[in-house]
Amino acid sequence: MDVVIWSRVQFAMTAAYHWLFVPLTLGLAFAMAIMETLYVVKKDEFWKKAAQFWIKLFAINFAVGIATGIILEFEFGTNWSNYSWFVGDMFGAPLAIEGILAFFMEATFFAVMFFGWEKVSPKFHLASTWLTGIGATISAYWILVANGWMQNPVGTTFNPDTVRSEMASAIAFWQVISNPVAVSKFFHSVTSGWVTGGIFVVGVSAWYLLKNRHVEFAKRSMLIGAIVGLVGSGAVMLSGDSSGVHAAEFQPMKLAAAEGLKDGGKRAAFTIVPGVKIPGMLSILATHDLDGFVPGINDILNGYTDAEGNVIPSVEEKMAMGREALDALATYRSLKESDPAAAAAALEVLRANERYMGYGHLEKPEDVIPPVGVVFWAFRFMIGFGMLIALVLLLCAIGLWKSKLESWKWLLWAAIICIPLAYITGQCGWVVAEVGRQPWTIQGILPVNVAISSLSAAAVKTTFFVFLAVFALFLVIEIRILLGAIRKGPDFVEPEKR
Amino acid sequence: MTYVFLQNYWWCLIALLGGLLVALMFVQGANCQLGNRKLDDSQKRMILNATGRKWELTFTTLVTFGGAYFASFPPFYSTSFGGAYWVWVLLLITFVFQAVSYEFQHKKGNLLGVKGFRIALIVNGFLAPFLVGTAVGTFFTGSPFTVDKLAIAAPSSPVISTWGSPWHGLEALGQAHAVDLGLTLIFLTSILGALYILSQVDDEGILAQARRTVKALIVPFLLTFLSWAVVLLLRKGFAVAPDGTIFMEPFKYLHNLLQMPVALVMLLAGVVLVLLGIWKGAFTKSRNGFWFAAPGTVLVVMTVFFLAGFNGTAYYPSNTDLQSSLTLANSSSSFFTLKVMTWVSLLIPFVVAYIAFAWRAMDKKKISQDDIREGVNQY
Repeated sequence: MDVVIWSRVQFAMTAAYHWLFVPLTLGLAFAMAIMETLYVVKKDEFWKKAAQFWIKLFAINFAVGIATGIILEFEFGTNWSNYSWFVGDMFGAPLAIEGILAFFMEATFFAVMFFGWEKVSPKFHLASTWLTGIGATISAYWILVANGWMQNPVGTTFNPDTVRSEMASAIAFWQVISNPVAVSKFFHSVTSGWVTGGIFVVGVSAWYLLKNRHVEFAKRSMLIGAIVGLVGSGAVMLSGDSSGVHAAEFQPMKLAAAEGLKDGGKRAAFTIVPGVKIPGMLSILATHDLDGFVPGINDILNGYTDAEGNVIPSVEEKMAMGREALDALATYRSLKESDPAAAAAALEVLRANERYMGYGHLEKPEDVIPPVGVVFWAFRFMIGFGMLIALVLLLCAIGLWKSKLESWKWLLWAAIICIPLAYITGQCGWVVAEVGRQPWTIQGILPVNVAISSLSAAAVKTTFFVFLAVFALFLVIEIRILLGAIRKGPDFVEPEKR
Repeated sequence: MTYVFLQNYWWCLIALLGGLLVALMFVQGANCQLGNRKLDDSQKRMILNATGRKWELTFTTLVTFGGAYFASFPPFYSTSFGGAYWVWVLLLITFVFQAVSYEFQHKKGNLLGVKGFRIALIVNGFLAPFLVGTAVGTFFTGSPFTVDKLAIAAPSSPVISTWGSPWHGLEALGQAHAVDLGLTLIFLTSILGALYILSQVDDEGILAQARRTVKALIVPFLLTFLSWAVVLLLRKGFAVAPDGTIFMEPFKYLHNLLQMPVALVMLLAGVVLVLLGIWKGAFTKSRNGFWFAAPGTVLVVMTVFFLAGFNGTAYYPSNTDLQSSLTLANSSSSFFTLKVMTWVSLLIPFVVAYIAFAWRAMDKKKISQDDIREGVNQY
């Protein structure tokens, strides 16, 4: 394998690993903040102890999340040197804002939340717990602004002098931070974290109920978990719908791959599993119109006319325009001092073909097709497991309401099984988002093979295995400690049933 | 706000973040005490909990330092991180181990045991300041890289910034002047760590050890720092002509110091504060030496950054292709990006204020045996 593949594998592993810890941070933060709010408002010690238990689990998870986040930040530079050169103007800004606005908030108030029970007032402590969760959420927004821009690069123009994509006005900055892809990604990712946090609380509580331990604690925690999880599920579905529409608009190849759609058209069918289709459903989901045109892989390769009547060139034509842009860039840079007139002419050619510049780096049209099987099945697992989790959360809430939950042992087991499923669902979501946009680091502008650092494959291979060993070690330790803390349970005497 | 003003403003912020990062590496310095055989386990645990309340600030400052550098001077991020690969990866690994070592160390089922995670903290305690110091040291010695913006149009080798050494950063270990700064930072952060322990922990045995540490490190710190500073002021520097051409200028950094009175005053004030902090910690009964030495460190490190980047100097020089060197003018983000981030940076005082508020609230009571008793949240 070459350095591009190793760099991709290393980054994918780091991102996937990071996302094992972030969703629980996002979701559990709110569940425990609600519990602590109940303690402060009702002055009920039960909720204080409950919040303390979940905060303990949160802390175990939080450390690895932080540790892996910094690896991602550094890898943008270490392994994607050209990428960070090209996008620093746009990408670095959200990252810096994330640091200033969110990371310090998380770091400062986490310490107060964890150590401060006997050092600060209950209200200050409560504020710290909320601010830890809010800090994590703000952090998610800014990093997803950066990611959203990679999926839909709005608001920037290519500067041939610096060879960078730059923002040029306040409107451009607004376009970047209000990028519809970023906004729906933010809601989709954060609320999927609420589902993970919710099902984690529900699943752990279910285990206590099965073991007939901490019964009252488990039921009350489960109610909070189910509410957080169900609100999250609803929001995930809504934001997932807009993610689909955005994919159709900005990344049609990703949608075609996710659907395994070779030849598109109007009234396109949605494939549940191969051979089982709902006629017209894909057009409705992707365009909110039964007669909406959804292009398939072959349409994108060969060119097509979209619903608004725009003629979309074939990939081969885009590659030709891309090569023209790259040649013009080379001409402009070599002549700008010696022959300004010729350089200006080259610049015009560059501007005319700039939007397809990335295609100039491709070797053949088929390079634009992501691994269809991987994206197709990841999409189905994401939706299937996501709906199953929502159903289990709903049934748990009904069981609690009807006071029958303890007798529905199958449901309690299902809730426990849903914990790993929530993680698989989240991973599948990112596989769809990131594998589905291959070969682009920046959609249509910078393919992965041009985004790399000048390193040997052996160097990246070495660090890949080092990180793999470190990650595996931490994961085993994390799970052992987490299970140990759950087995030990909350540290208080059960209150009477209410 | 002109473009040049914003470039300078962001270099000041990078310098400030660099200064804060080094000062906050008292966490690393204090963790080096975990290997002190004269301290028993409960004393080491008090130290662990004293730094445990602060490690995330250091970590976050490192992340923000990286993010701000990326945002304001992207070619540096691209060149240094992609080129000096092994230095940054090593730094990452030590910090990653540090991050989990607090939470995992005393938990059952942690596989590596208390000792394993303490070793990780000690390794981070030495290696992190050394690597950061050596990396900053190359701001004055140069690194083997070449920048070719046209490369992106070439399909066979599209990388703009390429590193000339197969050691990818480790070759800096062969540059005595850069290594000297790395060693200086080890001693400085260890002193800061000991001063922090003095200010935070209520235990006679620990306090005595901390004072001994400060005393023992005075000579090595002064030797490494002064030798580095003298060589810096005597060496040729990477100067930038008004047309952007880079050339070697004898005594460039001495000239910078003399031509920038603000930097000179900052350096002198910083050195005085650091020495005052050390004197208080080593030779008086005072426990507040940290509050002199830490701000002093910020001032000295800021001055180092000022000498590297201001007054027509290439802050990240190439010693294989002089004209590839990075300067504030040729490597900053666009005018508008710097402008947007400048507005955001106005929030920094607010961030510092709430950190100070939370820090004060948490540190009202010093760390003692009471903080490591059963039933209390602790590391």
